[in-house]
Amino acid sequence: MAANIVTYIFIAVGCFLNLMATIGLHRFPDFYTRLHAATKCTTFGSIFLIIAVIIQSISVWATEGISSPQSVLSIHAFIALIAILVTNPTGAHAIARAGHRSKIKPARAVVDDLEQEEHHD
Amino acid sequence: MWLPVAVFLGICIIIALVRVFLGPTVPDRIVGLDTINTIVVVSMVVLGAAFDEVILIDVAIVYALLSFVATLFIAKYIEKGKF
Repeated sequence: MAANIVTYIFIAVGCFLNLMATIGLHRFPDFYTRLHAATKCTTFGSIFLIIAVIIQSISVWATEGISSPQSVLSIHAFIALIAILVTNPTGAHAIARAGHRSKIKPARAVVDDLEQEEHHD
Repeated sequence: MWLPVAVFLGICIIIALVRVFLGPTVPDRIVGLDTINTIVVVSMVVLGAAFDEVILIDVAIVYALLSFVATLFIAKYIEKGKF
């Protein structure tokens, strides 16, 4: 019963963060701020939703005994969580660096420190 | 419990897809595509929990790793203009 309440709370937080990510894609003015909103919010929303799946399957596993098929489901969900945690920030960093190298300015930008450092080299 | 969550994530995918179509520059579309990839992985895990199918979660792991490679190659393309 306590596992159900914790699962519902985690589902609510995860769905809220994913919705904020997709709304932030439309509300922010330029590429960098959209990347900021989308990457952080989808990473945290994924963490909370997959942890909700893991908690639910572990609670079913504890009631059904050691040879339940829910054990495989919870372990594989944990591996999927690790895959998202490794790949999502790395991909976002690659996109941001590629956007900066292709000379995209932030909206209302005045000073670009990275470009001045490149001129000094 | 899990099917309404999957429907909600589908609505989130549609909202992000509008940004992919509208985006004024190429990196805006790539950001929308990356968001859609992550939400698809999460919805596959949620559907695996909904139908008690472990194979859907295995597909989600492989999809996460392959979409990471695709994102890196698209980033390299918009950085240099060629592969």
